[in-house]
Parts: sequence; structure tokens; C-alpha cells
Amino acid sequence: MRKNQVAVVGAAETTELGVIPNASQLQLHADAALNAIADAGLKLSDIDGFATAVETPQQVCHYLGIKPTWVDGTSVGGCSFMLHVRHAAAAIEAGLCKTVLITHAESGKSMIGKLPRSTPADSLNGQFEAPFGVYGPPSMFPIPVLRFMKTYGITHEQLASVAVVQREWAAKNPRAMMKDPITVADVLNSRMIAYPFRLLQCCLVTDGGGALILTSADRARDFPNKPVYIMGTGESVETPMVSQMETFNSSRAFKTAGPLAFKEAGIAHGDVDHLMIYDAFAHLPLFGLGDLGFMPYEATGQFIADGNTRPGGKLPLNTNGGGLSYMHSGMYGMYALQESVRQMRGIAPAQVPNAKISVCHGVGGMFAASGTIVFTNER
Amino acid sequence: MAEPQRARPKPTPETQHFWDGTKAGELRLQRCDACAHVYFPPRPFCPSCASRKVSIFKASGKGFLYSYVINHRPAAPGFTPPYAIAVVELDEGPRMMSNIIDCPQTPEALELDMKLEVAFQELDDKITLPVFRPAKG
Repeated sequence: MRKNQVAVVGAAETTELGVIPNASQLQLHADAALNAIADAGLKLSDIDGFATAVETPQQVCHYLGIKPTWVDGTSVGGCSFMLHVRHAAAAIEAGLCKTVLITHAESGKSMIGKLPRSTPADSLNGQFEAPFGVYGPPSMFPIPVLRFMKTYGITHEQLASVAVVQREWAAKNPRAMMKDPITVADVLNSRMIAYPFRLLQCCLVTDGGGALILTSADRARDFPNKPVYIMGTGESVETPMVSQMETFNSSRAFKTAGPLAFKEAGIAHGDVDHLMIYDAFAHLPLFGLGDLGFMPYEATGQFIADGNTRPGGKLPLNTNGGGLSYMHSGMYGMYALQESVRQMRGIAPAQVPNAKISVCHGVGGMFAASGTIVFTNER
Repeated sequence: MAEPQRARPKPTPETQHFWDGTKAGELRLQRCDACAHVYFPPRPFCPSCASRKVSIFKASGKGFLYSYVINHRPAAPGFTPPYAIAVVELDEGPRMMSNIIDCPQTPEALELDMKLEVAFQELDDKITLPVFRPAKG
């Protein structure tokens, strides 16, 4: 795909984030969509392309009254929205549609109108993982981390520092769920969830949503907000079973999606001003820094512990506070994209001064899928 | 751990030989007749070279502890926390999720790379699960 041919011209989250007991999951999609439409200065009738995950496109389109000529229901977990951005950019370039709306919402905390997640007993996961006591993401996602730590000499303290640094970012963000400062000792003394991970190394569980609107870069200048261009994109999937990853020393999906996006954007790691790495759990930024090629895996833990990703550091990472401290409704990728767009527009609560290139890297399932988007505010 | 609520696998035509094996006290894997690739989970073709000519064989049941978590909460139905959810790398190459028995469920006792051997845990008259214990000697 050619770079900078498509832009984000509308971006918004739900009016409220956190605990939203007065709206169903479907209504949260609509709330985010209406906020994004208003942000872009558009009408719903201007939307001719639509993408969402978990909920079906027909469900959300009917609820909103949208009549699309292009739809994408790619649903590969929390990074689905990165894949939607990639697919939408290709569709707009190919002339299949002009203006695409991408929505996410999840009533992850209040569980109102939330679709059930189940593992059928005759699925491969149902036969070869569920019988051994996996029960929700905290019991599955951290399974690779002890091997990763042993291979690369990563310490418990370094993994705790991920949560500490992200709380520093969250403290600057009025919409963050958790803002009180924490220390490495606080993290290592918090309640054990699934060894080696404790409560403060696991993502939040909240309600919320977000929506993006994309159109061609040539049209993007006519919109009320500063366009944010799609500079590079990548995607991949590996396996729905964490036990069947090729290795626990890296993520094949990350190592495919990330470099694809960098290559398409034509950028080097030193060009990156701002970075988002989907942090469902504290080890993900370490995998991301290694798999995206920022540094050797051995260096990732110390890099974060040394403060390089904190406010004022040389590689600002997860500047909204991340899934650990900002919010995590279940599929956090949309919120990572929203923060990248805010940073590129120059309106983030913890704005990185003069940031021109933002890399937004997502995970789906337990390292099952990945999507990477490189954004820029210069064409 | 064999309480009634524990998740029970339901075999499919492609996996039935595996569950017949565990019931008979065998850990069965598949090997490609064309390229010799050994793989898991079961399927009637080779995921490496796509050949449909594959054979089922009895694995050694030996392996090592590749990684794990010790789950504290929330516990799966039928499990008493804390309990380890392990990934075992078999001597033949494939990895599989399992539990570790005859071993304290602690970081001190569960050493990465420790040698393991398969054991069989009967859930009911249809399903027997492959689990692993520290290898003797």
C-alpha cells in the first residue's frame, strides 16, 4: 500500500469511560460513533464503509442507520481495529468506499448486552487447553513469561516497572481509571493473580468504546481537525492456543506485523516519536520492543526500568496509561489507536512535544493475532 | 481434581485417536510419512508440508517443563488454587498444555527445564487426561 494516501479525520471515545451502568454494549458503539461523526463534522449518511469486531457489522449498521457499500467484520481480538484501519485504507485506495467508520465498544465491567465468550468442548482449545484449568486471560496470557524471563535474564522488578511507569503517564490523564502513583514494591506486594503476575501487572476491566473515521488524504484537509495519515500498516495471526506458539521467546504475529508496517512507512526505529504497545499484561511491552526491533530482547526490561519510556524519556510508551492504568474494556486496541491519533493531533493530555510519527502496535487473543499502524501528521 | 464441573474435552473425528490413546495409557502423536514432521494437536494432514499421508505413533511420554503460571484467581471450575498450568515440550518436539502432579505447586519446586514424564488422570469413563510428573532418576 502507498503511504499517506488515507487519513483519520474523526476520532472519539465514548462520552464516559470506566463504569457505565446505564448503557448496553450496542449503545456504547453508537455513542462512540456519534462522537466521532461530530468530531469529523459529518452526517451518518456520509458513511459508506463500516468495520467492527465481536458485534457484527449488520448489528451496528442497523442500530446506527448506516447503509454501507463496504463492510469488514474482521474479529481477531483486541487488535481487530488495527486490522480494520489497514483494510479500510486499502478499500479507500481501491475506490470501494470513500468514508469508513470503525467502531469498538464493550460492556466489559457492567456486562450489559455483552455477547458471551465461550470455548466449545469440541474445539481445539476446549480439548487441549481448557481441561488443564485455564480460565480467562490472566491464566493464559502470562504463560510464556517465565520462559521469556529465563531466556533473556528479565527480572520480576523490571516487569513490575512496566506498571509503575505507565501509572506515571496515567497520572497526567484525567480520563484514566487509575491515577495514584505506585512503586515497584507496591506492584510486587499486590495480590497474586497468576504467578509470576500480580494484580497491578494485569489490565483493568472497564466499560467503554471508541470510533475512528477514515477517508482519502486528498479529502482530509477539508475536515475540522488536523488529519492523521496512515503511513504504514501490518497484520498477522499465529494460533488461538497460547500453548502452540512457535516459541515463548517472541511472538511470530508481532514479528510479522510490526516490520511490515515499518517497511511500508519507510521509517527506522529512531524516527519513532511516540509508541503504543497494547499492554493487556506487563510483559507485552517487552515482547513488543523486541519483536518490533527496537532493541535486543535482553535489553527490554532494563530499558523500561531505567525510565526511557516514562514522561520525558527518549521513547514515550503507552502515554494514556495503557491497559494497565487507563482503561481496558476487553479489546483495548481501539484505545491505543485513539491515543496515537490524539498525539498526532497534538491534543493528548500527556502530549509528547513535536511528535510527528506514532507507532501503534496491537495484540489479539493471547498472542493469537497482531496489527501495527504507523501514523504521521506530516504528508 | 476430578470434580464434576471441570471442563471436559469432547473428541472430534480428527482427535478421537488421541483420546483413545490416553484412555489406553498411551500418549499418541502424529508423524508425517512424507517429511517426518511430528506435530500436535491432531489433524489428518501435515501442517508442515500438507501431505495427507500421516501416521499415529506412541510417544515416549518424556519431556521438560517449558513454561507455566501458577493460577491463584479466578480458579477454573474443578480446580483448587493455587495450581500450575504448564506447557510441556515433548522429546519428540511438539508442546502441549498440561498439569504437573506429584510436585508442590510453587515456583521453588517448579523449575523450568525440569524433566517430566507423562501420567494419566481418568476424568470419567470416556476421558482420560495426559498430565506430567517429575521424571524419576
